[in-house]
Amino acid sequence: MFLLLSGSSTSSDPIWSGHSPPPHQENWVSFADTPPTSALLAMHPASVQDQTTVRTVASATTTNEIRRQSSSYDDPWKITDEQRQYYVNQFKTIQPDLNGFIPGSAAKEFFTKSKLPILELSHIWELSDFDKDGALTLDEFCAAFHLVVARKNGYDLPEKLPESLMPKLIDLEDSTEVGEQTGEVGYSSSPAEAPPSKSPSMPSLNQTWPELNQSSEQWETFSERSSSSQTLTQFDSNIAPADPDTAIVHPVPIRMTPSKIHMQEMELKRTGSDHTNPTSPLLVKPPDLAEENKMSSSVKYTSGNTVTDGYSSSDSYTSDPEQIGSAVTRQRSHSGTSPDNTAPPPPPPRPHPSHSRSSSLDMNRSFSVTPGQQQAGVVAYPPAVPPRPQPSQGAGPHVHRPVDADGLISHTSTSPQQIPEQPNFADFSQFEAFAASGVNKEEGDEIETHSEALKVEKPSDSASSLRVAKGDGRVEEKVSANVPTSAGKGTTPLAPPPKPIRRRLKSEDELRPEAEEHTQKTGVIAAVLASQPSIPRSIGKDKKAIQASIRRNKETNTVLARLNSELQQQLKVMMFLKRESPWKFNWNNFDLSLTSKPTAVNCEFTNFERGIGFKAYLKIHASSSVHSILH
Amino acid sequence: MAVCIAVIAKENYPLYIRSVPTENELKFHYTVHTSLDVVDEKISAMGKAMVDQRELYLGLLYPTEDYKVYLCNIAASPCSHTFLHRYGYVTNSKVKFVMVVDSSNTALRDNEIRSMFRKLHNSYTDIMCNPFYNPGDRIHSRAFDNMVNSMMMQVC
Repeated sequence: MFLLLSGSSTSSDPIWSGHSPPPHQENWVSFADTPPTSALLAMHPASVQDQTTVRTVASATTTNEIRRQSSSYDDPWKITDEQRQYYVNQFKTIQPDLNGFIPGSAAKEFFTKSKLPILELSHIWELSDFDKDGALTLDEFCAAFHLVVARKNGYDLPEKLPESLMPKLIDLEDSTEVGEQTGEVGYSSSPAEAPPSKSPSMPSLNQTWPELNQSSEQWETFSERSSSSQTLTQFDSNIAPADPDTAIVHPVPIRMTPSKIHMQEMELKRTGSDHTNPTSPLLVKPPDLAEENKMSSSVKYTSGNTVTDGYSSSDSYTSDPEQIGSAVTRQRSHSGTSPDNTAPPPPPPRPHPSHSRSSSLDMNRSFSVTPGQQQAGVVAYPPAVPPRPQPSQGAGPHVHRPVDADGLISHTSTSPQQIPEQPNFADFSQFEAFAASGVNKEEGDEIETHSEALKVEKPSDSASSLRVAKGDGRVEEKVSANVPTSAGKGTTPLAPPPKPIRRRLKSEDELRPEAEEHTQKTGVIAAVLASQPSIPRSIGKDKKAIQASIRRNKETNTVLARLNSELQQQLKVMMFLKRESPWKFNWNNFDLSLTSKPTAVNCEFTNFERGIGFKAYLKIHASSSVHSILH
Repeated sequence: MAVCIAVIAKENYPLYIRSVPTENELKFHYTVHTSLDVVDEKISAMGKAMVDQRELYLGLLYPTEDYKVYLCNIAASPCSHTFLHRYGYVTNSKVKFVMVVDSSNTALRDNEIRSMFRKLHNSYTDIMCNPFYNPGDRIHSRAFDNMVNSMMMQVC
């Protein structure tokens, strides 16, 4: 026995080194060192005593005697070599191939002979059939046999399979057992070293999967892990770019280090106006992310794998979002620590001359555009807008932002009405919004610390990783645009926190289509493309700054002009009404809906709305209606 | 979470019923039984449709003074108006899982119900793999019990 032990230990050394931590080897060694009588691996303590009650199958008495000789060890469930040999022999009687399976029916017959109650046999089966495939491998069979023997000796069946009875280690090359036995990251390093799991020289594995249960959930995680371990090996060998398989599974735009963002941007630029493959950047992301996940921590691979795996385990379904979220968070933390954050990413080229802010064409366009033209203004202004395309358009309607999540057109349509609001922003809220909006931090940080902004962004935004990207883009836009003027900032921070989200989400969509007409998209793209707080642009920054300031001034001019016109209209109405009636109007009771001839509606007196609280539709030119109202 | 979980065989007899012990088990059995009718309706209505991952019967089966039963039968305490949602799930072999959840504590989302059913189904298949289990027997698997317990938990 001693020799056997030592022999097995030595022979298994290379294998052991692959799997289990050294202590296990030492255990073997220690066992070998012990005197032969005690060297026998743990037996059932009761086996020593209880021989009379043993009613094992056929020639099991020999094993009982052997057990008697053994001393008890820490693990009462370990299988001695003699036992193991016996089990193996029994296995062979049913299934000559040691690497094969014993089908459930045969096993059932075999174990029924032990005359244990079916219920207990059923439980033993549950414990021993590790992979729940309805068949027993050699290891599983040995475990089952061992449990039967134990039970017959009076031992209570454990609730979970003892570690020593667990099937042999992971045999990654064995496809049949991949699902069961993979698991730890450590194991992934030793797939090649995994011993043939059926080797009888390794009866009890000190190799343990302490966390392994036989719960179905565990199995599901195992299956996930198995694939994960495979991917891990891939991973270790090479930080492979998007694995198409993994990429396909979850096109979830998890975010994202700035490096990735820029990579994406670079990709966008390289592809020029290639929006035909809108999903490619997104696809690029998840695999990167997945790999980042794996990179970031070995423990996280489960989640990363669930993201990347196509495994449809029930747990993965429910846990996917969480894992994704956690992956996102991890990504954030990871990216926070990544060196990329500190260094500004290389400036992406500017493939969109029509959109890029720095292009002089935009300037010309912006100058030529009349203030009244919203559309053109939209097109022209975006260059000026650092982070927020909407404000840059001059159509930064805070009110409408929640409404228009979708199209810039809607923005533009509402912009004229919203313009009156802008002057306020331009005038006052520049600094207010600056201070108020926490989201604007990123924008406020015109400084290169877009990494910081990103970090700020990340915690603030738990939703989409694109936010980070957009935030980054915005920051960069700002930097590129060199938004020195507070006015510029004022316009940009106009957007309330939700706006950035919307814009980012939108920009995600916008990235795909050719959003030439959408200033937001152009703004985004321009920001993304053009903006890189990198060295080479320092020269153009001044120019851009001037241009940006010019644009902003034009915007404010437009806004003020509109406001002026509206106020003029309102003034007209007021004067008219005053003239018509000698008594004072109680505007609160003004109910225009009673007019007999409701003709023109035209103006929506937003000021009235706000101040008084009701919408008044006035027809400026209809005196009759006014009369009716008055009387 | 779930207040009662039942596994019904193809012939509509229970293979496994487990409910929160504090409640009146018989009531649970009744409600599960009534819900079987609903399940059968759905099965017949579906025709050739394949197994639904989850049958969710939204709606009040019948209002009672003590509890409203949506799908699953759960013996609710007579005092409170607890909304009990019963959810059904049918496998390809016409084995039905009925789950009664108490929605007063938490509004369980659809996904959660689905995942719970998925777990149930997986555990059930594991039981099926056991050669010592005869289909049609009551289920005595400890693993299954553990899994069900994990889903029931905090109702009391």
